[in-house]
Amino acid sequence: MTEVLRRYGPVLTTVILLAVAVWIVGLVVLPQVLMVDFSFRPMLPPAKIGGPEDVYTLKNYATLWTNEVHRAIFVKTIWASALVTAVTFAVCYPIAFYMAQVAPRRRLPMLVLMLVVPFWINELLRTFAWYIILAYSGPLNILLVALGIFTEPQRLSGGDVGVIVGMVYVYILFMVFPIYNALESLDRHQIEAARDLGAGWLRIHRRIAIPHAKPGIAVGCIMTFMLAAGSYAVPALLGGPQSRWFTEVIYNWFFEGGNWNQGAAYAFILLVLCVGFILLMMKLFRVGLTDIAK
Amino acid sequence: MTAAGVRRFLTRTYLVLFFGYLFVPLGIMGAAAFNTSRFPTVTPWTGFTLQWFPALFADQRLWQALGTSLIVAAGVIAVAVPLGLAGALLLNRLHSRARTFLYAVMVSPLLTPGVIVGISTLVFWRQWFGVSGGIFLTVVAQASFIAAYAMLLFLARLQRFDPSLEEAALDLGASHGQVFRRITLPYLMPSVLSSALLAFLQSFENYNTTLFVRGLETTLTIYIASKVRTGLTPAVNALSLILIGLTIIGAVVYEIMRRREAKA
Repeated sequence: MTEVLRRYGPVLTTVILLAVAVWIVGLVVLPQVLMVDFSFRPMLPPAKIGGPEDVYTLKNYATLWTNEVHRAIFVKTIWASALVTAVTFAVCYPIAFYMAQVAPRRRLPMLVLMLVVPFWINELLRTFAWYIILAYSGPLNILLVALGIFTEPQRLSGGDVGVIVGMVYVYILFMVFPIYNALESLDRHQIEAARDLGAGWLRIHRRIAIPHAKPGIAVGCIMTFMLAAGSYAVPALLGGPQSRWFTEVIYNWFFEGGNWNQGAAYAFILLVLCVGFILLMMKLFRVGLTDIAK
Repeated sequence: MTAAGVRRFLTRTYLVLFFGYLFVPLGIMGAAAFNTSRFPTVTPWTGFTLQWFPALFADQRLWQALGTSLIVAAGVIAVAVPLGLAGALLLNRLHSRARTFLYAVMVSPLLTPGVIVGISTLVFWRQWFGVSGGIFLTVVAQASFIAAYAMLLFLARLQRFDPSLEEAALDLGASHGQVFRRITLPYLMPSVLSSALLAFLQSFENYNTTLFVRGLETTLTIYIASKVRTGLTPAVNALSLILIGLTIIGAVVYEIMRRREAKA
């Protein structure tokens, strides 16, 4: 702290500290704390707030347990997000490995640009692209029928499959870059040495590349899972009434059910789920918080 | 074919498939903007037309939504860039536990689902200040996590900064204000620009957070989503195509700025 004061002087230090305080207290910590506090209170008409009925309760959390439809949607959101994460990893690992270890260096800037550009395109628009592709008379159905995989067009969107396919596409780049960054620091000679010593490609990946990429894989999985579990746009566009996502249930509590306390409880459950996933990844990959929050 | 040959063939095939997967969907969406079919599709192809572009420009609500998005983005830049700068300046001079803790709190919104950022902002402002959803809350909610992106950009640049420059200036009798204005800030200028651009792009495309704090306001992303669900015509594709074009320009400019900065 004394170093801050010495470097920036009293005036600037005050301004900096004030700005940081407004940011982390006013914009990050207090809203979160209040949301949690709110979720443990019953929904009351304004006149009764602060009155004898305004006590802490677990009622809003019990709803998820007693409401079978919501519970099923919650469980579905968990496994579907995990599936999206796993598929995304399988699709992304090779490209990340190729860019970090195989690609000629002069080709890298172009490759990175080709990945960055779709990354910047609005999530909603990338989802919309799949809305067209998955349509009943859309190109994918025509292709699959032409290839003889389907005998007649199938309903591809409006269900969980469409949502999962769309999510893999939309969140793929959040997986590529962390793994690429981690693998980039692996000395290319190390892989050559292993190959010269007779290691097969499977062993090279299992024993050298993947252990080295662990922090990147953890970050990629955390981001993808968090984005998938917290997604609203993809299920709203590609799903249907039969394939609701947990975020859609939360939205309904706020803007259709009109019970914000209940919605806040569900939102906190979603947050706990994501934090739980982060802890799980840290344990699985044996990485610390400093490796992740880089 | 030799083993190396097989490997090269497989690698090529994979690359073609991967980038095909990345770009073909966008191509199909773009192509649908030129199809005469009333519903956006490329199959069947009923004929080439440019009619959806004028249809788009005649849409008043679209222009309104665009205006709202631009106002919000300007607000987010004005809030998030200074906050990110202050955060980075502080973190750069701290060591030990305090730094790790502050850093974790600052980046935590990036690891939080966007809907929760929106919900917590909405609940907090209504409970404490009686403020309900609208442009103001949208700016506040978006800035709370976009400031973290700005902070990361500033911090990356500050770590390459030679602190003896500031020290020398202080030794030579410059005031703290002068050092900041004449040395620190000019050095950070490229990051001010790139973080402003990043903030703009992030704000402009935001959907999940905005959905909860928008009140009765409609940003462009919200408008597109409502169009897809009700009243979908290829005009939405025409709009998407234009936005993708603009995004590509923005992304390329941002990448060039970032690379130039990394070299400097």
